[in-house]
Amino acid sequence: MTEVLKPRDAKEVEDAVRWALGNDKALELAGQGTKRGIGRPSQTDATLDLSDLTGVTLYEPAELVLSARAGTPLREIEKLLDDNNQQLAFEPMDYGPLFGLEAGQGTIGGAIASNLSGPRRIKQGAARDHFLGVSAVTGRGETIKSGGRVVKNVTGYDMCKVLAGSWGTLAAMTDITIKVLPKPETESTVVVFGLDDAQACAAMAAAMGSSCDVSGAAHLPDHVASYFDGLPKPEAATVLRLEGVAPSVKHRQEALLALLRPFGPAAMLEARDSTALWRGIREVRPFTTAAAQARPLWRISTAPGQGHAVAARITPAAQMFYDWAGGLIWAAMPFADEPDSGSIRGALADLGGHATLVRAPAAVRAVADVFEPETAGLRALNKRVKDGFDPKGVLNPGRMWAGV
Amino acid sequence: MSVRMPAADAAVLAKRDRIVATLRAIVPGEGVIAGEREMRPFESDGLTAYRQLPMVVVLPETTQQVSEVLAYCHSEGIKVVPRGAGTSLSGGALPLEDGVLLGMAKFSRIREIDFENRIAVVEPGVTNLAVSTAVAHEGFYYAPDPSSQIACTIGGNVAENSGGVHCLKYGMTTNNLLGCEIVLMNGEVLRLGGKHLDAAGYDLLGLITGSEGLLGVVTEVTVRILKKPETARAVLVGFPSSEDAGACVSAIIAAGIIPGGMEMMDRPAIHAVEEFVHAGYPLDVEALLIVELDGPAAEVDHLIERVEAIARDCGSTTCRVSQSETERLLFWAGRKAAFPAVGRISPDYLCMDGTIPRAKLPEVLAAMKAMSEKFGLRVANVFHAGDGNLHPLILYDANVPGELERAENFGADILKLCVAVGGVLTGEHGVGVEKRDLMPEMFSEIDLAAQQRVKCAFDEKGLLNPGKVFPVLHRCAELGRMHISGGKLPFPDIPRF
Ligand SMILES: Cc1cc2nc3c(=O)[nH]c(=O)nc-3n(C[C@H](O)[C@H](O)[C@H](O)COP(=O)(O)OP(=O)(O)OC[C@H]3O[C@@H](n4cnc5c(N)ncnc54)[C@H](O)[C@@H]3O)c2cc1C
Ligand SMILES: Cc1cc2nc3c(=O)[nH]c(=O)nc-3n(C[C@H](O)[C@H](O)[C@H](O)COP(=O)(O)OP(=O)(O)OC[C@H]3O[C@@H](n4cnc5c(N)ncnc54)[C@H](O)[C@@H]3O)c2cc1C
Repeated sequence: MTEVLKPRDAKEVEDAVRWALGNDKALELAGQGTKRGIGRPSQTDATLDLSDLTGVTLYEPAELVLSARAGTPLREIEKLLDDNNQQLAFEPMDYGPLFGLEAGQGTIGGAIASNLSGPRRIKQGAARDHFLGVSAVTGRGETIKSGGRVVKNVTGYDMCKVLAGSWGTLAAMTDITIKVLPKPETESTVVVFGLDDAQACAAMAAAMGSSCDVSGAAHLPDHVASYFDGLPKPEAATVLRLEGVAPSVKHRQEALLALLRPFGPAAMLEARDSTALWRGIREVRPFTTAAAQARPLWRISTAPGQGHAVAARITPAAQMFYDWAGGLIWAAMPFADEPDSGSIRGALADLGGHATLVRAPAAVRAVADVFEPETAGLRALNKRVKDGFDPKGVLNPGRMWAGV
Repeated sequence: MSVRMPAADAAVLAKRDRIVATLRAIVPGEGVIAGEREMRPFESDGLTAYRQLPMVVVLPETTQQVSEVLAYCHSEGIKVVPRGAGTSLSGGALPLEDGVLLGMAKFSRIREIDFENRIAVVEPGVTNLAVSTAVAHEGFYYAPDPSSQIACTIGGNVAENSGGVHCLKYGMTTNNLLGCEIVLMNGEVLRLGGKHLDAAGYDLLGLITGSEGLLGVVTEVTVRILKKPETARAVLVGFPSSEDAGACVSAIIAAGIIPGGMEMMDRPAIHAVEEFVHAGYPLDVEALLIVELDGPAAEVDHLIERVEAIARDCGSTTCRVSQSETERLLFWAGRKAAFPAVGRISPDYLCMDGTIPRAKLPEVLAAMKAMSEKFGLRVANVFHAGDGNLHPLILYDANVPGELERAENFGADILKLCVAVGGVLTGEHGVGVEKRDLMPEMFSEIDLAAQQRVKCAFDEKGLLNPGKVFPVLHRCAELGRMHISGGKLPFPDIPRF
């Protein structure tokens, strides 16, 4: 039974890391643990639970900025923003349900540490693009700060970027400042039915290459379509989201319908159905069911135009759908103990991109490369970066790669 | 020059002839420039107050050559300063007496344009504007648009994380970059990212962006390109005070509107620009806002009406909406020419680049006025109002003894004030040599050491662009050391379960 340390403030986080350093202990960092199932299972002596570091410390809607302690639940932040007609534009996805956990448990620290994003990634970027400032305790037990509360800042290296997506392997973040944005006034979705994967990728490319300012582009093949709310019929659906002020959405909707008519029969979803549909896409709904839990799950990022070609190299028994105009593939493999890394990594080696084995039994994750294996040069550089922050490997050792 | 650069290495200078000969073997033909007169054009960048002839200039054309030059310099302990077009306003490309100046201008090819994936792969010496021009025939463009876009290179943009007047809505370089090829100081060639989003592993692409040429030499860049908005219109709004203009900016954003661009100028800037460009700016106002809305006509017209109403509520005294593309461009022509316009009314000027929380604008402008009197120097302000990035232009005359120093002290006081009100030293121009010694205003020793350890991970010998960004350079071995108090630490007094 490993110990759980629950610091109440940033100073206690520093104390905990120093204790670990002085006693050759390794710490597992956790916000709410919703993504504990992701990554290589790490060998740690104690858990550093950051969920007591809570509270929004600054929120200035007119300045588009919010600061919070790292353990603040995302749900609380999203509620506060919503009350002010604002939102996290990177649309962080909620990993909880993929692991059979309750929805809405993640923390802002966890969201940043795993560089979350959702369907709007293609237009507004990921967590990294909204992460303005940080205070964090490195694996040296020292508190560093970087960035600030203003969007335009090139003072010193952009340490926020390297902490975003570092899965708690470089530093324990205690305070986070993010950029927030107005919520769009309304949304709608244009649906094209019955396309195969290659046609769908072409349709999405046409939409993204238009001036319709699409803020979500996904393709839901027929074997998964029935899992999504908001669709009028359980058929393969290629869906394109439009957001903004009402007259603009209306205008772009007509333009997009005209543009996509040659691809197949099209329909339109009003705001309510559109919101429901995109929530399902963001949460990877088809693979959260009890039946799907046992299936190893891959998250694959590739060039949008290559999405269908990568997918064609994966066993037809896998269930898949596409987000990011074809550039993000969620693939649930048929057998619990066989993630089929070979075919996926092989396809990416040829076509470009990277894949994360998001969900698999711990025994599989312990031996598989959960994150994309790096070239030797990059691996060595990543290791040197890690050593700079955490030379003794006290923070989440081995979570990303063996040795990192 | 008031900033001290790293002492020249006499041993390196002594073997200059051999170094030049070796470099000529790597980069044949006219790629190596060693004559004093021929090297003159490289002696400074856009921060012309600082000048230094390099030991030698090398203009490689291939990644292989860059790799060989760096590997050679690495093994011989020779410093290297990368350079794009030399438009840096912070002295980032200032040469070193004992250093190789690595000019990337010959990397000027566009390698691939892929409309299906909406990306362009270009060499780092391609100018910012050339990227947009190359994709314009299909209605696309590259969003970040620094005012220097005709001249500055994409490699320089990556190194400085450059912005432009449209980055409020479309982001800075870092938000529009998908991949890079870089060469480390030891000659190693690495690829970061590609045509896909969010590369595996640490976000090294994010670290390289804005690293001011200290981490690696960029030899290829993949950027995302966007379809041009259907229309764009600009509103020119005048206010009797900068407080009113600032309040208007906040009110527009609070109303949920993110304009494509939102720029402010103060009275001295307005007058300098109007005299130069004749853009039709009102001369009887204290502050002028340019607000640009872009998108489908239905959206733009709708939002323009709302912006006009908000401006009226905020006490605007003049308000003009562009009625044609020519008029819109004329509104911008003034703003984009602000630096040269100020250059006409003063022999020299220093361009500062702090960012502040927008609400602090009146306070900062008032303090700047007082400083202007104290230092006896005029100042004109242009301001990326939407994101709080302030460009005070301090007017001085380098031929008057002591004026440059006074201007620099004035500038330093402005930047300290920016930090004191919750802002930062530089929003887009970089630290370079100019703001290097002010870094401790924002960062502790511990913060700076953590940043230098990143530098060590990329360039252990500290040979790439030394003397920039960091006020004091520590040896990597020293930075790597851990000081852990002896013996076991008692369990800290933290709640545990
Ligand atoms: C006694 C106890 C037992 C628990 N048992 C379980 C369990 O069996 N299964 C389970 O799923 N959860 C469990 N939890 C909950 C779990 O610890 C966290 O709630 C959970 O890790 C998820 O938080 P998150 O969703 O915000 O992101 P996480 O999943 O915590 O974090 C995602 C990634 O970000 C990193 N990270 C998170 N916050 C920060 C930060 N501030 N700075 C740097 N890196 C950070 C993490 O290390 C991880 O790599 C338990 C909690 C306690 C107290
Ligand atoms: C009139 C004027 C207006 C300006 N307006 C803006 C503006 O609106 N927004 C803005 O952000 N900036 C602006 N700038 C500043 C400047 O143009 C930018 O910083 C630009 O990105 C520099 O590009 P460059 O090619 O000239 O780089 P250089 O000045 O040659 O170099 C800048 C830095 O980048 C490094 N570098 C260059 N190329 C490479 C490479 N291939 N690999 C690694 N490192 C490299 C150099 O070592 C140096 O540290 C302006 C400058 C001027 C003179």
